[in-house]
Amino acid sequence: MLAYLVKRLFQAIAVMFVISVIGFAIQDNLGDPLRELVGQSVSEEVRQQLRDELGLNDSFAKQYLRFLGNALQGDLGTSYFFKEPALDVILKKLPATLELVLGATIIIVGLSVPLGVYTAIKPNSIISRIIMGLSIIGISIPVFLTAILMIFVFSVELGWLPSFGRGDVVHVWGYWDTNFATLDGWEHILLPSIALASIMLPLFVRLIRAEMMEVLESEYVKYAKAKGIHPGRIYFVHALKNTLLPVITVGGVQIGTMVAYTILTETVFQWPGMGFMFLEAINRVDTPLVVAYLIVVGFIFVVTNTIVDLIYGLVNPTVNLARMGA
Amino acid sequence: MSLLSVSDLTVKFAMRDQTVTALHDISFDLAKGERLGIVGESGAGKSITGFSLMNLLSKPGYIDSGKILFEGQDIAGMNDAQMRGIRGNKMAMIFQDPMVTLNPVLTIGQQMVETLQAHRKLSRDEAEQIAIVKLREVYIPSPEERLNQYPHELSGGMRQRIIIAMALLLNPQLIIADEPTTALDVTIQADIMELLLELCQSNKVGLILITHDLGVVSQMTERTLVMYAGRIVEAGRTREIINDPQHPYTQGLINALPQQTLPGHRLKQIPGNMPSLTSIPVGCPFSPRCSYAVDHCRTTRPEPISYGTVRVACHEVNRLHNDTPDQEKQA
Amino acid sequence: MSDMTTSTEPTLMRRIWDSNMAYSFRRNPVAVVSLLIFAVIALSAILAPLIAPFDPYDPAQIDIMNSEYPPVWVDGSESQFMLGTDDQGRDLWSTILYGTRLSLLIGLCAVTLQAFLGISIGLIAGYVGGRLDSLLMRLADIQLSFSTLMVAIIFLAITQAMFGSDTFNRFAVYFLIAVIGIAEWPQYARTVRATVLAEKKKEYVDSARVLGFGPMRIMVRHILPNSLSPIFVISTVQVANAIISEASLSFLGLGMPPSQPSLGSLISSGFDYIFSGSWWITAIPGIVLVVLVLVINLLGDWMRDVLNPKLYKG
Repeated sequence: MLAYLVKRLFQAIAVMFVISVIGFAIQDNLGDPLRELVGQSVSEEVRQQLRDELGLNDSFAKQYLRFLGNALQGDLGTSYFFKEPALDVILKKLPATLELVLGATIIIVGLSVPLGVYTAIKPNSIISRIIMGLSIIGISIPVFLTAILMIFVFSVELGWLPSFGRGDVVHVWGYWDTNFATLDGWEHILLPSIALASIMLPLFVRLIRAEMMEVLESEYVKYAKAKGIHPGRIYFVHALKNTLLPVITVGGVQIGTMVAYTILTETVFQWPGMGFMFLEAINRVDTPLVVAYLIVVGFIFVVTNTIVDLIYGLVNPTVNLARMGA
Repeated sequence: MSLLSVSDLTVKFAMRDQTVTALHDISFDLAKGERLGIVGESGAGKSITGFSLMNLLSKPGYIDSGKILFEGQDIAGMNDAQMRGIRGNKMAMIFQDPMVTLNPVLTIGQQMVETLQAHRKLSRDEAEQIAIVKLREVYIPSPEERLNQYPHELSGGMRQRIIIAMALLLNPQLIIADEPTTALDVTIQADIMELLLELCQSNKVGLILITHDLGVVSQMTERTLVMYAGRIVEAGRTREIINDPQHPYTQGLINALPQQTLPGHRLKQIPGNMPSLTSIPVGCPFSPRCSYAVDHCRTTRPEPISYGTVRVACHEVNRLHNDTPDQEKQA
Repeated sequence: MSDMTTSTEPTLMRRIWDSNMAYSFRRNPVAVVSLLIFAVIALSAILAPLIAPFDPYDPAQIDIMNSEYPPVWVDGSESQFMLGTDDQGRDLWSTILYGTRLSLLIGLCAVTLQAFLGISIGLIAGYVGGRLDSLLMRLADIQLSFSTLMVAIIFLAITQAMFGSDTFNRFAVYFLIAVIGIAEWPQYARTVRATVLAEKKKEYVDSARVLGFGPMRIMVRHILPNSLSPIFVISTVQVANAIISEASLSFLGLGMPPSQPSLGSLISSGFDYIFSGSWWITAIPGIVLVVLVLVINLLGDWMRDVLNPKLYKG
């Protein structure tokens, strides 16, 4: 177990190292920090001097190490636009994004398992056919289009739900304001959460259905029937547990896609999260913020993927975490 | 009254554009505590017979007609709930490949306890105690520890012993064993068979042993059915069928046994293959591979007739019997 | 004449028509309708310059005064613009035709690139095995977990910032093809590798090796054909995904510029106007996009059911 953790940690560090090199290379090539500091009106001599002082003439490796040293201390540079430490800017936006992801995850997990199991158990029922038909339409509509469609229907035409922003949020702790404390907050987060879930949900319904149908054909399910076990127990204990193992792996892979979709969803709903911020930072060529976003998102990927792997190892008895470390 | 009485069982498979018949008019009886072997090549319908008795045919397959009386009740007409009460309880099944029979994510203990709890009101502790006793009966070392282990931690032979223990958990009247040793190493096959025989005898459990191995049948069973292309071609006491086979197919199977061949000689195989279910010949299904077949065999299907103490479905059984005195001497 | 040819050498067409796949296709109305719709969309896209009444790339044909005319069935429309006009006064019907052309082109080229990269890497990883294999597969895992869209967004954002909008817009098609093409290679690589590993054990590969055939020949002539059905199925789904990715990137302003819009950029430019009631600029290209992706996905589903290949999960 410990050996596995150590191995996994090394892998995480390796990935973070690559991300930091990419981040640094971007910082190095994009935008001139001098111009941000002193503007255009300074003579070339003074510029050179400043460059030396700032260490901008040092070798790539030396500059990278300095960048890395700062990053490890939580200093990812200062945003040109906000004139604040980039990490702070991102951490302020993070809760909004995490709450959105939470909302979408609840929808995805809460619906995909029952729908997937139902369509697997009764593949020929009319309801299953409808669910499967809707699911293929679902995966064919891009997230941003679902978002626009919902805004058009529920905000513009019906006027039931707000189309942008977070609405009334309640301060919880630190940078964390929550949507889940007021009715207005709930109303604001509803459409973005559905939009964010709109492609993943049908994807998972289809995945769970396919896995479950395969498991239901297995010898051990047949054997459980031959032992006179009740169908409910066969479906939800024998089959579901085996179904969810591969689903967990896919779930881990989908975290990255989910983050990408937050950028789309937040853009359409002008949701003040880090995805929307990232796109604005790109348009403003706010390099430190772009790099900081990259590193924070990379970090989130690595951490969640490691956690998903660990959960998989703990849930699946045939994976021996101790042996995987060797 | 016999424990199990199957009469005119016909099983069909609904394929996309046609219906194929997998079992034709299968009839046999099994007395309490009796051991019956069902032999034949793969595809003969042995396993389908086994699963029909459990009313566990998988999807396109269904029981078209016939009766399966188990303790006087017709299984073919039972609903799911009634059937569940019998499966694993009065009638248990041992599957072919122990590597894929047990659920990989549940412990041995969980899988044994759930079986007991499905049929008896027992606490987990009580159920575990019964499980431990049964595991001991199949010579599993330190059974208490096994309960917490997952299938993948155990060898194939060990798993099949556990499956035998599970079959015995509720003291069933009948065990159906579908090629229980085919997937195992040759070295432990005999051990498992011996164990199964011993437990069936000591617990007075009826056994239906499905196998392609006539040698095993001769050691394990009292009566034998020989199946070919979904039909019973010969049925009778095992000793008589082995020593004096009447049907040319049974003769072929026995001649193909390695013991029947002198060292250094080729094994005597039956030429050709079993027909697929969609292309069964009009007359005797075995006629294309049969060296005794005459025109009559290719046009008219033989009905089972009594010949001595066995029943055999062959037109030419008289001629054939007179032709093969050598074999009798040999056996 | 035609009788001659059909009676003497109809073999290929006849064989295709008689094959299992064609049979199941004819019996599946969803697949037939999907293919028909796809054919209509693809043909209109290819023939866009002939069909379209206007050239949306020609500034001389665009008049800002014509902007935001609704489709002809809505009040206040202008009869020469069948589906209305967009915010810049371009004929929407023509713009959609050209946009579909771009979306399809980018999708197909990107998938071709994916398939080429993925199949090559999969073959090499599976055949060579050992350290190279585990390194490549680990890379594939990491690449997959970062998601195409994420990688593409970052890559295109940086490219745009580095080259400036003008240069970026000029080469946007190539950037999109490259980034979608490169980011999705693991899908193919893993499936092909799995087939290679399965096939490598079989005797015919040994005998080919004993006969002295080189690894290239063995892989391409013997192993690759066995991966064809999963490759077909993956490719269909991948084309749909690539079209969605392209649309998403263009929607974010990281893909095709408004002057040369794909379906995604059209939807994006229309989004600003839905609050003012000009729904058609977003809705009509949106419907075209969804229908296009949907019929490809339906064809992919049908193909998966028929070919039923072992696909790599995860």
